[in-house]
Amino acid sequence: MRRDVFQAIADPTRRKILILLGSSEMTPNEIAEYFNITRQAVSKHIKILTECNLLLQEPSGREIYYRLNADTIKEVDDWLEPFRFIWEQRFDELDKLLSKSNNKKKE
Amino acid sequence: MEFKKDIKNKKIFVKREFKASPEEVWNAWTKPELLDQWWAPKPWKAKTKSMDFREGGKWLYSMQGPNGEEHFSRADYKKIIPYKSFTGLDSFADADGNMNNELPVAEWTCTFEKIPGGTVVNVEMTFKSEADLNKLVEMGFKEGFEAALTNLDDIFEKQKSYS
Repeated sequence: MRRDVFQAIADPTRRKILILLGSSEMTPNEIAEYFNITRQAVSKHIKILTECNLLLQEPSGREIYYRLNADTIKEVDDWLEPFRFIWEQRFDELDKLLSKSNNKKKE
Repeated sequence: MEFKKDIKNKKIFVKREFKASPEEVWNAWTKPELLDQWWAPKPWKAKTKSMDFREGGKWLYSMQGPNGEEHFSRADYKKIIPYKSFTGLDSFADADGNMNNELPVAEWTCTFEKIPGGTVVNVEMTFKSEADLNKLVEMGFKEGFEAALTNLDDIFEKQKSYS
Protein backbone atom coordinates (compact mmCIF):
# COMPACT_ATOMS: atom_id res chain seq x y z
CA MET A 1 0.00 0.00 0.00
CA ARG A 2 1.29 3.41 -0.87
CA ARG A 3 2.19 5.58 2.06
CA ASP A 4 0.71 9.03 2.49
CA VAL A 5 3.22 11.41 0.99
CA PHE A 6 1.97 14.21 3.22
CA GLN A 7 2.73 12.22 6.32
CA ALA A 8 6.18 11.71 4.86
CA ILE A 9 6.89 15.41 4.49
CA ALA A 10 5.27 16.33 7.80
CA ASP A 11 8.36 15.00 9.61
CA PRO A 12 11.15 17.58 10.14
CA THR A 13 14.00 15.07 9.65
CA ARG A 14 12.53 13.89 6.39
CA ARG A 15 12.06 17.47 5.22
CA LYS A 16 15.71 18.13 6.01
CA ILE A 17 16.73 15.07 4.00
CA LEU A 18 14.73 16.36 1.04
CA ILE A 19 16.40 19.75 1.30
CA LEU A 20 19.86 18.14 1.54
CA LEU A 21 19.21 16.04 -1.55
CA GLY A 22 18.00 19.12 -3.36
CA SER A 23 21.62 20.21 -3.75
CA SER A 24 23.31 16.88 -4.54
CA GLU A 25 22.94 13.11 -4.64
CA MET A 26 24.08 11.37 -1.46
CA THR A 27 24.63 7.95 0.00
CA PRO A 28 22.84 7.05 3.26
CA ASN A 29 26.14 7.47 5.13
CA GLU A 30 26.63 10.95 3.76
CA ILE A 31 23.07 11.88 4.70
CA ALA A 32 23.52 10.48 8.20
CA GLU A 33 26.48 12.78 8.85
CA TYR A 34 24.07 15.73 8.95
CA PHE A 35 22.00 14.28 11.78
CA ASN A 36 22.53 13.49 15.43
CA ILE A 37 20.44 10.35 15.22
CA THR A 38 21.45 6.75 14.57
CA ARG A 39 22.15 5.61 11.02
CA GLN A 40 19.38 3.13 11.50
CA ALA A 41 16.93 5.95 12.17
CA VAL A 42 18.18 7.82 9.11
CA SER A 43 17.78 4.68 7.01
CA LYS A 44 14.23 4.37 8.18
CA HIS A 45 13.46 7.92 7.07
CA ILE A 46 15.11 7.27 3.70
CA LYS A 47 13.05 4.12 3.31
CA ILE A 48 9.81 5.99 3.96
CA LEU A 49 10.74 8.75 1.51
CA THR A 50 11.62 6.15 -1.10
CA GLU A 51 8.37 4.26 -0.58
CA CYS A 52 6.53 7.53 -1.13
CA ASN A 53 8.33 7.91 -4.43
CA LEU A 54 9.99 11.10 -3.27
CA LEU A 55 13.49 9.64 -3.69
CA LEU A 56 15.14 7.67 -6.45
CA GLN A 57 17.95 5.18 -5.94
CA GLU A 58 21.05 5.08 -8.13
CA PRO A 59 23.31 2.10 -7.42
CA SER A 60 26.94 2.91 -8.07
CA GLY A 61 29.42 0.16 -7.26
CA ARG A 62 28.78 -0.89 -3.71
CA GLU A 63 27.05 2.38 -2.83
CA ILE A 64 23.51 3.51 -3.38
CA TYR A 65 23.04 7.18 -4.16
CA TYR A 66 19.72 8.86 -3.44
CA ARG A 67 18.29 11.81 -5.30
CA LEU A 68 15.00 13.72 -5.38
CA ASN A 69 12.23 12.54 -7.65
CA ALA A 70 11.26 15.84 -9.25
CA ASP A 71 7.98 14.43 -10.61
CA THR A 72 6.63 13.55 -7.18
CA ILE A 73 7.81 16.84 -5.70
CA LYS A 74 5.90 18.67 -8.41
CA GLU A 75 2.84 16.52 -7.81
CA VAL A 76 2.93 17.46 -4.14
CA ASP A 77 3.23 21.12 -5.01
CA ASP A 78 0.28 20.88 -7.40
CA TRP A 79 -1.84 19.01 -4.91
CA LEU A 80 -4.00 21.88 -3.70
CA GLU A 81 -3.94 23.80 -6.93
CA PRO A 82 -7.43 22.79 -8.20
CA PHE A 83 -8.89 24.67 -5.27
CA ARG A 84 -7.62 27.96 -6.57
CA PHE A 85 -9.91 27.57 -9.60
CA ILE A 86 -12.81 26.27 -7.60
CA TRP A 87 -12.73 29.25 -5.26
CA GLU A 88 -12.19 31.74 -8.04
CA GLN A 89 -15.26 30.47 -9.82
CA ARG A 90 -17.27 30.33 -6.68
CA PHE A 91 -16.41 33.86 -5.71
CA ASP A 92 -17.16 35.21 -9.16
CA GLU A 93 -20.63 33.72 -8.82
CA LEU A 94 -20.97 35.17 -5.34
CA ASP A 95 -19.97 38.57 -6.70
CA LYS A 96 -22.74 38.36 -9.27
CA LEU A 97 -25.25 37.34 -6.63
CA LEU A 98 -24.24 40.15 -4.29
CA SER A 99 -24.40 42.79 -6.99
CA LYS A 100 -27.88 41.53 -7.86
CA SER A 101 -29.03 42.01 -4.27
CA ASN A 102 -27.38 45.44 -4.16
CA ASN A 103 -29.38 46.51 -7.19
CA LYS A 104 -32.56 45.19 -5.70
CA LYS A 105 -32.08 47.31 -2.62
CA LYS A 106 -31.53 50.45 -4.68
CA GLU A 107 -34.76 49.99 -6.62
CA MET B 1 -8.38 36.74 -4.92
CA GLU B 2 -5.46 35.69 -2.76
CA PHE B 3 -4.70 31.99 -2.63
CA LYS B 4 -2.03 30.48 -0.41
CA LYS B 5 -1.07 26.89 0.16
CA ASP B 6 0.61 25.32 3.13
CA ILE B 7 1.33 21.91 1.69
CA LYS B 8 3.03 20.55 4.78
CA ASN B 9 -0.11 21.12 6.85
CA LYS B 10 -2.55 20.44 3.97
CA LYS B 11 -4.09 23.87 4.26
CA ILE B 12 -5.31 26.45 1.82
CA PHE B 13 -6.03 30.08 2.56
CA VAL B 14 -8.35 32.09 0.36
CA LYS B 15 -8.97 35.78 0.74
CA ARG B 16 -11.34 37.88 -1.30
CA GLU B 17 -13.03 41.29 -1.05
CA PHE B 18 -16.66 41.84 -1.92
CA LYS B 19 -18.53 45.06 -2.54
CA ALA B 20 -21.31 44.28 -0.12
CA SER B 21 -21.87 44.59 3.61
CA PRO B 22 -20.79 41.81 5.99
CA GLU B 23 -24.51 41.08 6.58
CA GLU B 24 -25.14 40.54 2.88
CA VAL B 25 -22.06 38.37 2.41
CA TRP B 26 -22.90 36.42 5.56
CA ASN B 27 -26.41 35.75 4.27
CA ALA B 28 -25.02 34.45 0.99
CA TRP B 29 -22.94 31.93 2.98
CA THR B 30 -25.67 30.85 5.36
CA LYS B 31 -29.05 31.03 3.58
CA PRO B 32 -29.64 27.93 1.44
CA GLU B 33 -31.56 29.71 -1.33
CA LEU B 34 -28.54 32.01 -1.77
CA LEU B 35 -25.86 29.33 -1.29
CA ASP B 36 -27.43 27.24 -4.04
CA GLN B 37 -26.84 30.08 -6.47
CA TRP B 38 -23.08 30.28 -6.15
CA TRP B 39 -21.58 27.35 -4.22
CA ALA B 40 -21.09 24.88 -7.08
CA PRO B 41 -18.33 25.39 -9.61
CA LYS B 42 -19.79 25.47 -13.10
CA PRO B 43 -21.17 23.45 -14.79
CA TRP B 44 -22.28 21.84 -11.55
CA LYS B 45 -25.22 23.06 -9.50
CA ALA B 46 -25.64 22.98 -5.75
CA LYS B 47 -29.02 21.97 -4.38
CA THR B 48 -29.84 22.17 -0.69
CA LYS B 49 -31.76 19.30 0.82
CA SER B 50 -31.79 20.64 4.35
CA MET B 51 -30.14 23.47 6.21
CA ASP B 52 -29.90 24.00 9.93
CA PHE B 53 -27.45 26.85 10.41
CA ARG B 54 -26.61 26.77 14.08
CA GLU B 55 -23.84 25.31 16.20
CA GLY B 56 -24.25 21.54 15.98
CA GLY B 57 -26.54 21.85 12.96
CA LYS B 58 -25.79 20.79 9.40
CA TRP B 59 -26.24 21.65 5.77
CA LEU B 60 -27.03 18.71 3.51
CA TYR B 61 -26.76 19.46 -0.19
CA SER B 62 -26.00 17.80 -3.47
CA MET B 63 -23.76 18.74 -6.33
CA GLN B 64 -25.58 18.06 -9.56
CA GLY B 65 -23.56 17.47 -12.68
CA PRO B 66 -24.32 18.20 -16.32
CA ASN B 67 -24.77 14.48 -17.05
CA GLY B 68 -27.20 13.78 -14.24
CA GLU B 69 -24.56 13.01 -11.60
CA GLU B 70 -25.58 13.74 -8.05
CA HIS B 71 -23.18 13.72 -5.11
CA PHE B 72 -24.27 14.57 -1.61
CA SER B 73 -22.14 16.44 0.86
CA ARG B 74 -22.75 17.72 4.32
CA ALA B 75 -21.29 20.53 6.32
CA ASP B 76 -21.42 20.35 10.10
CA TYR B 77 -21.33 23.72 11.81
CA LYS B 78 -19.24 23.88 14.94
CA LYS B 79 -18.82 27.47 16.08
CA ILE B 80 -20.82 30.44 14.85
CA ILE B 81 -20.26 34.11 15.69
CA PRO B 82 -23.00 35.87 13.70
CA TYR B 83 -21.71 38.13 10.89
CA LYS B 84 -18.13 37.52 12.01
CA SER B 85 -17.07 33.91 11.57
CA PHE B 86 -18.06 30.29 11.51
CA THR B 87 -16.22 26.99 11.50
CA GLY B 88 -17.31 23.62 10.24
CA LEU B 89 -16.48 20.21 8.86
CA ASP B 90 -17.03 18.95 5.31
CA SER B 91 -17.81 15.36 4.53
CA PHE B 92 -19.25 13.19 1.82
CA ALA B 93 -22.69 11.83 2.53
CA ASP B 94 -25.60 9.90 1.11
CA ALA B 95 -28.98 11.43 0.32
CA ASP B 96 -30.05 10.97 3.95
CA GLY B 97 -27.04 12.81 5.27
CA ASN B 98 -25.17 9.75 6.54
CA MET B 99 -21.45 10.28 6.24
CA ASN B 100 -19.77 8.07 3.65
CA ASN B 101 -16.51 7.92 5.51
CA GLU B 102 -15.92 7.78 9.19
CA LEU B 103 -14.07 11.02 9.04
CA PRO B 104 -14.68 14.44 7.57
CA VAL B 105 -12.72 15.47 4.51
CA ALA B 106 -11.87 18.99 5.50
CA GLU B 107 -12.24 21.48 8.27
CA TRP B 108 -12.74 25.14 7.53
CA THR B 109 -13.06 28.54 9.09
CA CYS B 110 -14.63 31.52 7.36
CA THR B 111 -14.29 35.03 8.72
CA PHE B 112 -16.04 38.18 7.55
CA GLU B 113 -14.51 41.57 8.17
CA LYS B 114 -15.96 44.97 7.37
CA ILE B 115 -13.78 47.25 5.27
CA PRO B 116 -14.61 50.61 3.64
CA GLY B 117 -17.09 49.86 0.86
CA GLY B 118 -17.32 46.17 1.50
CA THR B 119 -16.28 42.98 3.23
CA VAL B 120 -13.18 40.83 3.31
CA VAL B 121 -13.78 37.10 3.48
CA ASN B 122 -11.02 34.78 4.67
CA VAL B 123 -11.38 31.04 4.23
CA GLU B 124 -8.98 28.59 5.79
CA MET B 125 -9.41 24.93 4.85
CA THR B 126 -7.48 21.98 6.24
CA PHE B 127 -7.70 18.74 4.30
CA LYS B 128 -7.39 15.43 6.04
CA SER B 129 -5.59 13.40 3.40
CA GLU B 130 -4.44 13.30 -0.15
CA ALA B 131 -6.83 10.48 -0.96
CA ASP B 132 -9.81 12.55 0.17
CA LEU B 133 -8.76 15.50 -1.92
CA ASN B 134 -8.38 13.33 -4.99
CA LYS B 135 -11.86 12.02 -4.39
CA LEU B 136 -13.21 15.52 -3.98
CA VAL B 137 -11.64 16.55 -7.26
CA GLU B 138 -13.00 13.44 -8.97
CA MET B 139 -16.47 13.81 -7.52
CA GLY B 140 -17.79 16.78 -9.25
CA PHE B 141 -14.99 19.23 -9.25
CA LYS B 142 -12.98 17.78 -12.08
CA GLU B 143 -15.27 19.04 -14.80
CA GLY B 144 -15.59 22.40 -13.19
CA PHE B 145 -11.86 22.58 -12.98
CA GLU B 146 -11.44 21.66 -16.62
CA ALA B 147 -14.11 24.10 -17.67
CA ALA B 148 -12.29 26.73 -15.67
CA LEU B 149 -9.07 25.90 -17.46
CA THR B 150 -10.64 26.19 -20.88
CA ASN B 151 -12.15 29.50 -19.84
CA LEU B 152 -8.87 30.78 -18.50
CA ASP B 153 -8.62 33.39 -21.21
CA ASP B 154 -11.98 34.81 -20.17
CA ILE B 155 -10.91 34.85 -16.56
CA PHE B 156 -7.70 36.68 -17.37
CA GLU B 157 -9.62 39.16 -19.50
CA LYS B 158 -12.00 39.80 -16.64
CA GLN B 159 -9.16 40.25 -14.19
CA LYS B 160 -7.59 42.78 -16.52
CA SER B 161 -10.76 44.80 -16.70
CA TYR B 162 -11.07 44.76 -12.88
CA SER B 163 -7.60 46.15 -12.37
